[in-house]
Amino acid sequence: MPSLGADMDAGTVVEWAVAPGDHVHRGDLVAAVETEKSVIDVECFEDGVVERLLVPVGTKVAVGTPLAVIAPEGATPAPTPAPTPALTPAPAPAAGTPERDGAASLPRATPPVRRFAERLGLDVARLPGTGPHGTVTHADVRAAASTGTTARTDTTDTTDTTDTTVPSPTPTVPPAAPAERPRITPYARRLAAERGTPPEALRPGADGVVRARDVPAGTGATPTRTPRPTPQPTRPTTPPSPRPAAQGMRAAIAARMTRSLAIPQYHVDSVLELGAPLDRLREVNRRLPVSERIVPAALLLHATARAARRVPELNGHWVDDTLVPATTVALGVVVSLRGGGLLVPTIPAADELTLSELMAALRDVVARARTGRLRTSDAADAGLTVTDLGETGGHSVHGRIFPPQVALVGFGAVVRRPWAEGDLLGVRPTVTATLTGDHRATDGVVGGRFLHAIDDVLHDTEEWS
Amino acid sequence: MSAVTSAAAPGTELPPGRMTYREALRESLREALRGDERVFVMGEDVGRYGGCFAVTLGLLEEFGPERVRDTPLSESAFVGAGIGAALGGMRPVVEIMTVNFSLLALDQILNNAATLAHMSGGQLAVPLVVRMTTGAGRQLAAQHSHSLEGWYAHIPGLRIVAPATVADARGMLAPALASPDPVLLFEHAGLYASEGEVDDTPVALDGAAVRRPGEDVTLVTYGGMLPTALAAAEALEAGGIAAEVVDLRSLRPLDEATVLASVRRTHRLVVVDEGWRSGSLAAEVAARVAEQAFYDLDAPPERVCSAEVPVPYAAHLERAARPAVDDVVAAARRTVG
Amino acid sequence: MSTPTDTATDPTPPGDERDDPRLALLRGMVRIRRFEERCVELYSAERIRGFMHLCVGEEAVAVGLVGALAAEDAVVSTYREHGHALARGVPMSAVLAEMFGRASGCSRGRGGSMHLFDVSRRFYGGNAIVGGGLPIAVGLALADALRGHPVVTACLFGDGAVAEGEFHESLNLAALWRLPVLFCCENNRYAMGTALEFEHAQTDLALRAASYGMPAWPVDGMDPEAVAEATQRALATIRSGSGPCFLEMRTYRFRAHSMYDPDRYRDRAEVARWKDQDPVDRLRARMVRDGGLDGASWDRLVAAVDEEIEAAVAAAEAGPLEPVEDLTRFVYAEPS
Repeated sequence: MPSLGADMDAGTVVEWAVAPGDHVHRGDLVAAVETEKSVIDVECFEDGVVERLLVPVGTKVAVGTPLAVIAPEGATPAPTPAPTPALTPAPAPAAGTPERDGAASLPRATPPVRRFAERLGLDVARLPGTGPHGTVTHADVRAAASTGTTARTDTTDTTDTTDTTVPSPTPTVPPAAPAERPRITPYARRLAAERGTPPEALRPGADGVVRARDVPAGTGATPTRTPRPTPQPTRPTTPPSPRPAAQGMRAAIAARMTRSLAIPQYHVDSVLELGAPLDRLREVNRRLPVSERIVPAALLLHATARAARRVPELNGHWVDDTLVPATTVALGVVVSLRGGGLLVPTIPAADELTLSELMAALRDVVARARTGRLRTSDAADAGLTVTDLGETGGHSVHGRIFPPQVALVGFGAVVRRPWAEGDLLGVRPTVTATLTGDHRATDGVVGGRFLHAIDDVLHDTEEWS
Repeated sequence: MSAVTSAAAPGTELPPGRMTYREALRESLREALRGDERVFVMGEDVGRYGGCFAVTLGLLEEFGPERVRDTPLSESAFVGAGIGAALGGMRPVVEIMTVNFSLLALDQILNNAATLAHMSGGQLAVPLVVRMTTGAGRQLAAQHSHSLEGWYAHIPGLRIVAPATVADARGMLAPALASPDPVLLFEHAGLYASEGEVDDTPVALDGAAVRRPGEDVTLVTYGGMLPTALAAAEALEAGGIAAEVVDLRSLRPLDEATVLASVRRTHRLVVVDEGWRSGSLAAEVAARVAEQAFYDLDAPPERVCSAEVPVPYAAHLERAARPAVDDVVAAARRTVG
Repeated sequence: MSTPTDTATDPTPPGDERDDPRLALLRGMVRIRRFEERCVELYSAERIRGFMHLCVGEEAVAVGLVGALAAEDAVVSTYREHGHALARGVPMSAVLAEMFGRASGCSRGRGGSMHLFDVSRRFYGGNAIVGGGLPIAVGLALADALRGHPVVTACLFGDGAVAEGEFHESLNLAALWRLPVLFCCENNRYAMGTALEFEHAQTDLALRAASYGMPAWPVDGMDPEAVAEATQRALATIRSGSGPCFLEMRTYRFRAHSMYDPDRYRDRAEVARWKDQDPVDRLRARMVRDGGLDGASWDRLVAAVDEEIEAAVAAAEAGPLEPVEDLTRFVYAEPS
């Protein structure tokens, strides 16, 4: 069978123009062949006698198959070649048999169906499929769930399937989509891997995407920021509960604070009198435009930064059983978000800022944190973190250290309290300052000295500039 | 005619070293015609009329009709003749009025200019330069306004350049003529009147240029969209976002190294392309970044392209169809999150 | 009749060809005829692939026209160009190796049957876009004219190309600029499967070319002597500086358009009638009649041709394949 075109694989002999015994010459048309395109004449390229026709009319054979034997003029007949298996009539595939060799390797269900089955605790590999090529459809999964068969019984990991592992006779299909794969940008995913943060511990920003800024800074598995939850839903269709992301966040907090639990911590408290500092602050604020006014939190933060300069043992990291003091005062600031949750951006070189500069930095960083616009620079490693309950009402806070830091400073609400000044009793604004210290790095006396340093700075107006 | 030729004196109104994009192109043609007798200019109305966009104004008078040749309205024939002349040892510069008309010569550009070197096993080279106008913005509607550079950039065997600055308009013809390969040079109609400095710095045909540094987001663009991207970068700066603007300059080959280096710094990509989005050059840039800088991306790449509509006539519709500064700013903001 | 310039592979034609130039024409046609018939066999055996268009029946044009050109003249051809390439002197082994897809092919295996190139012989290729070669021929002639080279570019194309816009654009431009182009239409009466009368409102193709203000006339394309003579006349006109000429070679292909063509659009009686005009048979009979050829010299001629063909087959078969690593070479010019 000659090849008459690159797209011709086979042809059917529809006519023989010669018979055994006929003399043929180069260029003679000896047969007609039907291809997918048309009927085409076949010519021979030799002179000789047709000895035998190998392919009967009506038979389809592949290109390259001998069609006939032509003997040279006067030659003795050559042995007949073995008959060539014809392509037709080929057994038609029986209905219902697997169509393709590769069918077995096809996935048995689409990813959505697979997830649906997983949520119901079913294994698609064990389900009968009624879809094309025997694939398992949504309906198949639902049907299987209602009969209670083929349940996944080998589940040992119950963390995410406890409530669905055992199929109920009448399945309660969760109304919402299955827990979505967290949306993490490639760069954030890479950063997290480099910093040793597992992807499941990452929490998204305001738009539901984990970006680089949402990856905790620091080394190893040591987040310097607490996660924040998804903010108030902007799409009313989002079901308020369950909130998988928020639940995951709690789990991450749990994991981190559990790690913090391994730190032997001590606590020191001190009530700081704020009468004179706040008076002076009011004076300063009177001269400032409203937009630049300084809040008491900034004053406390500023005092903490300067105190860290005076008592450097609490500003640093505990690495390999050693205190590595920080070279600058990078202050982590716990920012509570309006929708709940926390962020801990860093104010770098906070001790070098004047009070008003620090106020500006604080205002910026809080605004960015609350609008989900933190920058990479906001994620710098902090050497010390401050949490300030502000106006939330708690009088004191005993926080836990963010490893690998070695201390955490907490401020309660500013409250007016009876206050002894010499032998006189008065009412003054006060704040309870607390210090949580890593006992491996320092002792309580250092913590106490630190709180004293804060007090000193607060009352030293020269420190304000 | 005398009024036309008197306007031909280039650059007289501007201080030395400063000229318009149009004048820069003309200067580069004049330089080429003076410096190499193999160079000739050919196209519709390039001679007596002075060029549809007045780029060749005055060249006929200076160099004569042998070297500044008016052609019939036969795009296929004169582009093909340019190919043949290049095969025959000349250095033709063919002008096609607009990229839309180049489609009448697409057979010659694709089936001959781009293939002869390969099809002949390296025996042939086609040192041809084809200049053409591209882009919208002048209410010329759907047959004079399209941006098909990206189409041409699809074709191996061609080199595609898009000068976006006056300096590039001045400096790109010489290397294009020096190239042994066919070079298509796209001049955005909106740039002809723009002014800028020129110097004698040679321009590489395949290197992108960082037109403005920044670290928050990379804006990749070319040709007529460079001013838009720069204006967007300006607006973003006011909002605290530092955008880096990369001008591709060459669409084939693509200087992906410059693009990738920028994205690896900023982690965010916005491509600004006047072509249609589907199957666009913007798609190519975004795909390459996704392929090669995936793990550096902190946001999905954004594309700001023309609306998928033949460019309409009415001014407000045309404006809405083209990428605007606000579109670029919004896209950049989305990447920053 | 003047002696055609022999540009075939063999630089020194046999002595008998010097005595009778018709022998060169005959030998050239037999070479092409027997080469192409061998190609059919090689194609059927899957040695040659892709599209393959044969000029069996049209050999007179190839040897008469191409043979009349000077070595400095240029040739732009079509996808049915085996005959043109052989007549131009592209070695048969390089042509066949190209069709085998070998690195030793005249286009390094990147062109195949439809894209034979040999720049050293100013053979600017088989162009597989109908009409696509005409503008290039105009440009080659423009370059020669601008550089002061007194040479001609011969541009071959079929009757189908006359319907293309590029035909009209190119003839107009060449005539307008008085460029030295010899436009040669091989009118084999079919644009693939569409007959001339179903394709052209005016089937007198020379008349259409004449409308562009150039000398144009039809030629018996089945007679190599007539073709050669007409070509000489046209070349003389062009070389005088008066601009292009157009020759309509009325010819016929005996085989189908391409290999995979059932040839349903014409009846066999028509083919048979044209076969009576077989250019090889006609010239051979004429030479035998007037004593220019005897049986022994014919046999010698055929044997020599067959020997060349088998050597070409062996060489093509032995030719190396281009390494796949070199796939993307020659997309852009390489530094020499």
